[in-house]
Amino acid sequence: MCGIAALQLRNPELRPKMGALLSTMLCEIVDRGPDSAGLAVYDNPDLNTEGIATLSLLGGDLDISSAEIDALLAGILPEGAASQVKVVGDTTLVSAEVPAAELAGAVVKASPGVVVAGRGERVTVMKSVGHPVEVAERHGLDGMYGTQAVSHTRMATESAVTAGGSHPFSVADDLCLVHNGSFSNHASVRRELKRLGVEFDSENDTEVGARYVAHRLEQGDDLETALVNLGKVLDGFYTLVVTTADSMAVVRDPIACKPAIIAETDDWVAMASEFRALAELPGIENARIFEPEPGKVYTWSL
Amino acid sequence: MTTTIESIPAASAAATAPQVYDLKLDDVRTLNKAIHQATGGESFVVEHPGGKHSLAVGINAEIDVDINGHAGYYAAGMNQHGRITIHGNAGVGVAENMMSGTVHVKGDASQSAGATAHGGLLVIGGNASARCGISMKGVDIVVGGNIGHMSAFMAQAGRLVVCGDAGEALGDSIYEARIYVKGSVASLGADCIAKEMRPVHLAELAELLQAAGRDDDPADFTRYGSARTLYNFHVDNSSAY
Repeated sequence: MCGIAALQLRNPELRPKMGALLSTMLCEIVDRGPDSAGLAVYDNPDLNTEGIATLSLLGGDLDISSAEIDALLAGILPEGAASQVKVVGDTTLVSAEVPAAELAGAVVKASPGVVVAGRGERVTVMKSVGHPVEVAERHGLDGMYGTQAVSHTRMATESAVTAGGSHPFSVADDLCLVHNGSFSNHASVRRELKRLGVEFDSENDTEVGARYVAHRLEQGDDLETALVNLGKVLDGFYTLVVTTADSMAVVRDPIACKPAIIAETDDWVAMASEFRALAELPGIENARIFEPEPGKVYTWSL
Repeated sequence: MTTTIESIPAASAAATAPQVYDLKLDDVRTLNKAIHQATGGESFVVEHPGGKHSLAVGINAEIDVDINGHAGYYAAGMNQHGRITIHGNAGVGVAENMMSGTVHVKGDASQSAGATAHGGLLVIGGNASARCGISMKGVDIVVGGNIGHMSAFMAQAGRLVVCGDAGEALGDSIYEARIYVKGSVASLGADCIAKEMRPVHLAELAELLQAAGRDDDPADFTRYGSARTLYNFHVDNSSAY
């Protein structure tokens, strides 16, 4: 069992309250997954700047120096520009005006063993072990601005309770995936993706889902098609939320054992494992509330 | 054929003023404790249910409960004699294992509505999702909208009435429950077949629809039930064991 809550804010006036709204949702799904948690927030000006790649690294006490990264990026870093290192709770953010993949390469070289939990120009991913409410507090979620955000509270089944094993999995620029359930054929799909040249960080089943979606998007699928294809390849129980720079998608497996509920108003669209996570959203009393149908992909774009 | 049908109350018949529990202030245990101490005739109103779990479970008296909003998992579970109305949607397993009384969900119900219920009447105004009436053992369920896949799986007794469409694998491995569907059926499960609507079926369906406060025409429905081919071991299959 895990808990998911995701929110896309259409009305710009609500965006300064993103963190506070997501907090109310997170509190209600804690008992679905109390061992670790993860958050992804899009378009927060304190965390991300468009045109500049930002990596979210696991851990707030990493020994990373921007001088060393600058040296490794010499030649591709623009004249006079430097990388920035910033700590937010249990997450270290490294930014530079270079492609995210180049930055990731330099960071891993400068600090071997570091885990890149998120990357892109618009998203920051914050993951940690412990009570989800404390994880959110350590990262200062309450005050965060955002356009889209996803939270996940984990009750681990397929792999260890670690920050790396918690969700979201963000394996391509501005792409995040969270999962409630388990993939049963992840080993076969991982092997097939490895054969195609995809690299993996862990033995986690959800990472396979995330890498598969990233791979399909790279092959030219749009988000909806990528998730339809995921349904053909990955077997198991799942309710998934996938976010990109400007869209959000929800899909459940055809058996639909794992719960999901969607609420939508003119101002926002929200998805959660249970209604109680949506109960405090503004205007919920007039929202269109429905349970996503099994095997059907739902997408919303900003 | 059973003929006792509960019916949903037209309005609260309680003689005394309702006891109001606001779940922004009171916890669910306080509400349920008060409900369990009721002896009959009392009425309860639940404000701001907020999708909380296990609301009004384990009722064992002729009382009225109005839940003003959306309920979470297992609302009105194990009900005996109570009349519960949810003025909103219900989460997973509403009226699970109900024995008697009525549960009326004005909105939609999530999966496993009325699971394993032995008696009473469950009315869902909107849609019910997957596994509605799974393993039902005597309950009557009337759904105003559609039902999801694997509904009435291994249903043993009782009646399931669907005024909309039914999802995949309806009535898989069904025993003696009877299913009436007005709309389309995506597919029938193993050993579930369409059956003739005889006068006795039209009459019991009319009674069920009336009990649920609906005016659908029984003649528009198709009956489904067990082909009874799975009841006994078939000797031709012995090589499989």
